[in-house]
Formats: sequence, structure tokens, C-alpha cells
Amino acid sequence: MPRVPGTRTGRNAELGLLAFAMIIVALYGAIVEANQLGKITTTFWVPAALLSILFLGLHLVVRFTAAWADPVLIPAVALINGLGVGFLRRLDIARTISKKLPEPGVFSGIGGRQLAWTLVALILAAVLLLIVRDHKAVSRYAYTLGLVGIVLVMIPAVLPASMSEINGAKLWIKIGGFSLQPGEFAKLALVSFFAFYLVRKREVLSLASRRVLGIDFPRGRDLGPVITVWLLSLLVLVFEKDLGTALLYFGLFVVTLYVATERASWLIIGLVMFFGGVYVAYLLGASVGGPFANFYDRASIWLDPFAPQYVSNEGYQLVQSLLGLGTGGLFGTGPGAGSPGFVPEVQTDFIFAGMGEEIGLFGLSALLVVYLLIVERGLRAAILVRDSFGKLVAGGMAFTLGLQVFVILGGITGLIPLTGQTTPFLSAGGSSLMANWLLIAMLLRISDAARKPATGGPAAQAGGPKQPPAQLHGAMTEVIKP
Amino acid sequence: MPEFVLTVARFGFLILLWIFVFTVVGVIRKDLFAGVRSKSIVATPRGVGGGVVPQGRPAKAKRGKAARQLVVTAGQLAGTRITLGEAHITIGRAEDSTLVITDDFASARHARLVPRDGQWFVEDLGSTNGTYLDRGKVSGPTPVPLGVPIRIGRTSLELRP
Repeated sequence: MPRVPGTRTGRNAELGLLAFAMIIVALYGAIVEANQLGKITTTFWVPAALLSILFLGLHLVVRFTAAWADPVLIPAVALINGLGVGFLRRLDIARTISKKLPEPGVFSGIGGRQLAWTLVALILAAVLLLIVRDHKAVSRYAYTLGLVGIVLVMIPAVLPASMSEINGAKLWIKIGGFSLQPGEFAKLALVSFFAFYLVRKREVLSLASRRVLGIDFPRGRDLGPVITVWLLSLLVLVFEKDLGTALLYFGLFVVTLYVATERASWLIIGLVMFFGGVYVAYLLGASVGGPFANFYDRASIWLDPFAPQYVSNEGYQLVQSLLGLGTGGLFGTGPGAGSPGFVPEVQTDFIFAGMGEEIGLFGLSALLVVYLLIVERGLRAAILVRDSFGKLVAGGMAFTLGLQVFVILGGITGLIPLTGQTTPFLSAGGSSLMANWLLIAMLLRISDAARKPATGGPAAQAGGPKQPPAQLHGAMTEVIKP
Repeated sequence: MPEFVLTVARFGFLILLWIFVFTVVGVIRKDLFAGVRSKSIVATPRGVGGGVVPQGRPAKAKRGKAARQLVVTAGQLAGTRITLGEAHITIGRAEDSTLVITDDFASARHARLVPRDGQWFVEDLGSTNGTYLDRGKVSGPTPVPLGVPIRIGRTSLELRP
């Protein structure tokens, strides 16, 4: 933890970058209209302007409540979010053209809905920043959060299929015309719980261990609760037929453990367990079927999406995605000039494929680097922040984001078997957007604590009367008395 | 819309995306080196004189007087540097310490460093295993000369100019 007190808060740099990002979003909208409609309407800038107002609002909240927060996070995420809205609006325009309707208004269609969800997500993020002034306070509710996480994961499994199933995956709560994906929020709650628990048990986990085959294993009783949480969410997820999320939780669990104990053996154990589990699931799927049949199908499609039995039905989506990316080539067909309509679910899971066709490898890799930078800033906050809880939460959250991008991008490019995941900030969908913006708000809060210089804080009253030490929330450190 | 304009827009958009990426990297780079640049701006202990280091002149010029950095020389955090300001520095295992050390022999609130008139004092905060300045146990506020190790458990710290 080299603490280098920065002298600049970076807020002005953030504002500048934000303006830059919004110019790119507005330009994207203009090119889409030029390609789709053959002209640029007088209202092409409206979505970008509305987004600018929203992000400006968040920027102001950050300026007043987390002045030292990382300056890169908001603009980078805003760019991706803005391009997502732009791409969804592009799909709306394409749909109205094919139906010979007038061009869609700013607030209509999935693009308009995404705009509204962005508003809600940003309000939530701002509220989180306003309420949680110190990320350590979250650890006080760690057990509650753990419980909330499990309940959120379990609700869709318990609900009847009519209230929880969309496209064969039982991971929704549908009330009226409203649908919510509780697993996205469970992710955040579980990170906080894992972080809290592992901070408390860190010493025990890395000191008291049994050595088996040169690898240190912790005692079972120390690990019990976390294993329980993990198994429970995993079991539920297998029954909810969503392996992508299961992989996400498992990766999250292993990485948090690794960060907490600094033992690479955890990564080895995790990878072996994961690949072993996947292989067993594949074999079970081939012979027994049942809950594993779904996974077996996906693995077979992944191995050969162009096989005659898959190419026009189960494998159609992946094949179209690969063809789309191939059509795009190095520089893409240009925003609005491709035909993403061929890819089913292009607005959610396959948004990368649709965008990739239009912006090409060159543009897609720029987007990926932006994701990489977001994750890097999260990990940086984890390295800089001084308390272990903050480190684990920031590290875990940044890693979750990265893993999620990997899982979905690997899926649509045929690198790994496809598992349904939303692309953070890009895909249509309120739950994903809200949860990921909350995650960013938490990262902002932690990076604020990390970058704030030591002078100026409450510790600055040097030489003053001796004050009792600030209360620790719960016992975050255990004093070992010899 | 002429084909030419669309082609320019298409490539212009991609180039703009990458310019954004490099601008972001530029901001991060500035952030990384903020500490190096900030040396002249971070408040130095009183009595150092202005607290402004002339550009290009290393702090070495004021030899023997001002401590600017606290460096961890041994233990798990070896290599960690803290730029000293006017605030006191608390050392211990507690999460809200300035320097959080994960040392089995350190207490939650082990010791603190306090600046007074340009001189830093080390003070033990009732730790279980004690704080040592070089070889001697610290009982009350003790002035810390530059380069003399403060030992806490397995961790060793030094003030550096």
C-alpha cells in the first residue's frame, strides 16, 4: 500500500473526459441516423444531451461527497452506457424502417427504456454515495447482506415458472409488466459478505492450515460458512439453469479468497475444481441428462456450432454472431450500416456481436480496453485503500466486472461455451444496469478513501488533545496476544 | 448522404474511440506520477522553511533536517513509502491506522509518529510487544533521527529525507 497523496482530486479531468465521452456518443447517434435514414435528423443529439445531464448530475454528487474518487471510472462507464443506448436506439430505428413507421421518438422503444433505466441506475448510485459516506460502514451489515444475497438468488428458484422464467432461464421476478433479475444485486451483497468474513478469518485461514500434497488447506470449520453460501448459490443456480452466473459467483469466491490469504494455491484449487466440475457436468449431461442436459447442449454447440443438427436451431444464435463479427472484419461496416437484426437477442446477451459487426475489431477492442481500464481502476483502488475490507470489496467487485465481460465475450466469440450473461452497462436491461452502477458507486467510494491524502482528514489534529480511537465496526482486526 | 462523408464518419468514429482510450490512459498516467510531482506541494513539517523544493533540486540539499518520507525497510510491507505531511501517523493493525501493518506481533494501535517543530516523535500507544527505536524501548515520546530504524514486531521503519 504505497500511499501517495495526490494533490489533485481529478474532478476537472473527470468532467473533461465526460464531455469527450458524450461527444463520441452524440457522433455515434449521428452516424447511425446518416446510415439508417440517409439523413441526420435535427434531434440526433437529444439522447446524448439527456445522458450528459444525467452523468453531470452524478459528477456533481461525486464532487461533493467523494471528491477524491477516481476520475476515470465515471467517464469510461458513461461512454459504454451511452454507446449502449445509442446502439439500442439504432435497433429501434431499424425496426421502424422495416415496418415503415415514422422514426422512433427519443423515449420510445428499447433505446428509450434504456435511457430511463440509466436515470434510475444513476439515482441509485448517487443515493448510495450519499448514504454510504464510509465504505467500512457496510461491513456492519455484512451478515444481513449475506442473507439478502442468498434470498435474492433463491427467490426465482422458488417462484412458479410463470413468474420467474424468461427464455428457459428461471432467474427473474416478474410482477405485472415489470421484470427484475435479483441475481445481479445478489452479486453485490455476496461480495460484501465474503469480504467481511474473509477479513475476520484471514489470519486463521493463512496461519492455521493443514498441508496436503504441498498445498495448504484451511481447516474445514473456518471455511464452513463461506462454502455453505457458495454451494447454496451454486445449487440454486444449476436449478435456475444459469451457468454464467454460477461461474461468476464461483470465480468471485475463489478470487476473494486468494486476495485475502495471498495464497496462489487457492487459484489452483479453484481452477481444478471448476474444470473438473464442468467436465463432470458435461459427462453427466451426455449420459444422465436432467438438469445437466442444458449444459451438455451448450458445450456441444460450442464445439461445433456449424454442425448440421445445430446450425439452424440451437446454434443459430452463435453462428449468426460469428458471421456478424466476420462481416465486420477489421473496421466494421460503420455504425448503423450493419444488419444486427439477424442475431437473436442482439439487444441483451449478443450486443457485442451486433456492435462488433458495425465497429469492427478496431472499435470492439477500444471498447474492451475501456472495460479493462475500468477493472484496472477498481483493482488500483483495492491496492491503494488501507483497510482490508475495502481491499477485498474493491478487488472482488472489479474482478466480477472483468469476469462478466470475459464470460459473455468468450461466449459470443466461441472461445468458451455460451452462458447467458448481460454485458455490463451495454446490454438492455434495468437490473444489470442498476446493479453495475451501484458497483461503480461502491468503487468510487472506496477509491475516494484510497486517494484522499492523509492530511486534512480527522487525523490532521496532530498535537491536539488525545482522542479516544474511533470505534471499529465490529471486530475487524483480532489482536493476538502471545 | 454521400458515400465519402459516411466513410469519413465511420473511420473518424473509430479514431475518436481510440483517442478517448489514450486520453483516459493519459489521465491515469498523471495520477500515477501525482505523488512525485506533489512533493513540493504536500505540507512539510514546520521549521523547514517555505516547504517549497526548487524544481530539479532533490530534497537531499537540506541534509540532516527534514524528514519527508517514512519508509518501511523490513517486514511484510517492506518498500512502502508514506510522504510525511503535518498529520500524525498511526501505526498498527487497526483498519483506520495510517499505516496498517499485518504483523502478528503488532497491536491494533501500536505506535504513532507526531511532528513537532520539524522533528518527528515516536510514541508507543500501550502496545503488547513494545516499540523499539534502534535498540532502546520507547517509553514516552522520543525524537526520531533520520535513518534510525523504528521496530514494531517484524516490521522496521525509517524516516528518510
